[in-house]
Amino acid sequence: MQYKRILKEKLAQNFMLLVTGLSALLLFIMIFALYYRSRPILILKPLTDLLLGTVWAPSRGEFGFFPFIIGTLWVTLVAVAIAVPLCLLTSIYLSEYAGSRIREWAKPPIDLLAGIPSVVYGVWGLLVVVPLIKDHLAPLFGNFSTGYCVLAGGIVLAIMIFPVIILVSVEVMGYVPVEIREASLAVGATKWQTVKFVVLRKALPGIIAAAVLGLSRAFGETMAVLMVAGNVARVPKSVFAPAYTLPALIANNYGEMLSIPLYDSALLLASFILLVVVLIFNIISRLFMIRIERRIQ
Amino acid sequence: MGFESHISVQDLNVYYGKVQALKNITVDIPDKKITVIIGPSGCGKTTLLKSFNRLIDLMEGVRAEGKILVDGVDILDPKVEVVDVRKKMGLLSQKPYPLPMSIYDNVAYGPKIHGIKDRKKLDQIVEYHLKESSLWEEVKDRLREPASRLSVGQQQRLCLARGLAVEPEIILGDEPTSALDPASSQRIEQKFMELKDRYTIVVVTHILRQAKRIADYVLFLYMGELIEHGPAREIFENPKQELTREYIGGVIS
Amino acid sequence: MDFRKIEENIFKGLMIFSTLAIFASLFWILSVILIKGLPALNLAMITQAPKGGFYLGKEGGILNAIVGSLLLAGGSTFLALIFSLPLVLYLNVYLKKGSRLAMFTRFSLDVLWGIPSIVYGAFGFTIMLFFGLRASLLGGIIAVALLILPIMSRAMDEVMQMIPIELLSASYSLGATRWETALKVVARQTLPGILTAVLIAFGRGIGDAASVIFTTGFSDSISFSLFRPAATLPLAIFYQLGTPFPEVQARAHASSLILTIIIMIISIVSRILTKRFKSYVVK
Repeated sequence: MQYKRILKEKLAQNFMLLVTGLSALLLFIMIFALYYRSRPILILKPLTDLLLGTVWAPSRGEFGFFPFIIGTLWVTLVAVAIAVPLCLLTSIYLSEYAGSRIREWAKPPIDLLAGIPSVVYGVWGLLVVVPLIKDHLAPLFGNFSTGYCVLAGGIVLAIMIFPVIILVSVEVMGYVPVEIREASLAVGATKWQTVKFVVLRKALPGIIAAAVLGLSRAFGETMAVLMVAGNVARVPKSVFAPAYTLPALIANNYGEMLSIPLYDSALLLASFILLVVVLIFNIISRLFMIRIERRIQ
Repeated sequence: MGFESHISVQDLNVYYGKVQALKNITVDIPDKKITVIIGPSGCGKTTLLKSFNRLIDLMEGVRAEGKILVDGVDILDPKVEVVDVRKKMGLLSQKPYPLPMSIYDNVAYGPKIHGIKDRKKLDQIVEYHLKESSLWEEVKDRLREPASRLSVGQQQRLCLARGLAVEPEIILGDEPTSALDPASSQRIEQKFMELKDRYTIVVVTHILRQAKRIADYVLFLYMGELIEHGPAREIFENPKQELTREYIGGVIS
Repeated sequence: MDFRKIEENIFKGLMIFSTLAIFASLFWILSVILIKGLPALNLAMITQAPKGGFYLGKEGGILNAIVGSLLLAGGSTFLALIFSLPLVLYLNVYLKKGSRLAMFTRFSLDVLWGIPSIVYGAFGFTIMLFFGLRASLLGGIIAVALLILPIMSRAMDEVMQMIPIELLSASYSLGATRWETALKVVARQTLPGILTAVLIAFGRGIGDAASVIFTTGFSDSISFSLFRPAATLPLAIFYQLGTPFPEVQARAHASSLILTIIIMIISIVSRILTKRFKSYVVK
């Protein structure tokens, strides 16, 4: 009887160790696999040509990623520019002004926003945002636009990253000890002054981490942007011009991948670039959060 | 009794939701003396103290009935501007909580908030109050450093300077030395003795010896009720209530 | 003094505006999905596959996508569970609190959590190339399982970390092995949390398009084969929205609505489970 139990224990332990090891290594396996598959094109063309080249014509063997990199940056920055102020204000409200009941009731809708799939956001973007820009916003600024543009992608993305920024910001503001707020109020400061000079200052690293997380999520988002941003391989000249993001590029062209030489390699290189950029953002954000968690202890 | 009163509490009842934390407190806090509030933990001492500067407003579900008159004005009146009330009171908490800024900015925070912008004036205020709390010599060369780098004893003195910088009339201390080592505690006690010429001081403490050392006037609270109050001499040498005698004698704590 | 009050009031107004704006956007999105999807939803829609090709055929419904999505999400959730549960049990029962391996693995999982689904799709694709698989249900299951593994693990890990060490000590002092403790005490205690984690992962898996676009392809027909392409709800929306035929578009809208409803159900159920779990945990 004893022997059986010990055997089970040993087997279980080894299996789990294997699983844990694999999971820990998964990230590296992914990086390696994508890099390996991008090598064919990396060998043929220097990285700078690929990253800075502005012409994308795979059938002619031209793979310039620049429009896509810039396109992704534009859309992401617009999304963050819209989302961060709104989320910051909302987070301050929920954390400092709203009662606990409102805070509780606010959680389900935010979780729901987080759970809505990308395509559904894309549908809404197509039905609502694109016409809105085409018929109302662009003419307001004296521009002509088909509606499929950087701004459309930015607006939809902004809504998609609301939950992550709000949840992390509220959490971080909650870590600020009550006594510091009391210290500020005791000196005669108003609630808003306390928020401005004390709470936000203390919570700043966490808020930055939240924004970086949001940025990272926006950068890698595929379907919604694909459906509303226009997908024209040119560097956008304004927010009303169409953009083609890296994720959209990959998703749109997987079909022709294997028929044109080097195309698959190029697209996998795009995936690799995406992975590396998102990784950097994520690690920065994580490091900020770890610093904060350490400070609390 | 010969004391002028600065704070006059009348029929104060404080509730946290359904729980009553303070029951029918009526007492006058004498002007320019050190009043010490003693009692076992959980008896409402901190609640009473925090009612004076309306920090209890921060808790959810708090309800206060009765009056607290400071210089004749009922500070519990909703029409009263809370910010003005708090300016009159300086708070020294149990654990020092320096604001997330430099030493200089910590002390200057209060005055800045209340509108003083002149650089020279702020410099003067910071120097004066750091000297007042015996911290100036130790920090005068590193005013721009973050306040978090100071030792705990230094931080508490910084918080004192910060509180004094807004020129309050009353200093409130919530167990201000319980987180400090004996040397720093002694310094703070000495400070209070020096300051009582100019400020009314109310201190909450659970250290009876400390109370005996510094108190001019004593309030004894037990389970939210004011059991006894009077000049320190009388309370410590000749308490009238059974409970008071038991607490001072160490029977209950 | 007046100036301060004005500033505070301006910001208070802005704060309430922002909060309302955020909730309004949720409301707007849900309403549009509902308005477009409800008219399109009828019995034929959910019981038939598209007739005459999914892009052009005007008849039929989205049963292919419903079945495909359920199979895909179910399969990948199951696959992820096989790896997640042992992993998290190992992290919480076997490894000591400060263990380097534990910290590294958790950090790794956190980083993996943030990687976009298209990258998982591309990686899944490289795996498929390696094994000579073609666009199929299996390919999608693998890619999505990888995608949801960090999500499932993190959710499970969070609940398991809350278990007080005294509970484990109690089990050990009765002579139980670590595996027995893991299975009979920890897993049982955190069962609602585990279920919630599974649900959340399922929800993520069923709604994702970018990871399946490479790996599962698409199909008109209802397929139960692991080695053939399959239809999924997200791709059904994506491909069928762009047609000029309103009947085909209707299928896309119906898919949107069904997908959104599935997500909402998952959200509600996991909320209920979490609440029940909180009442069990003794602190």
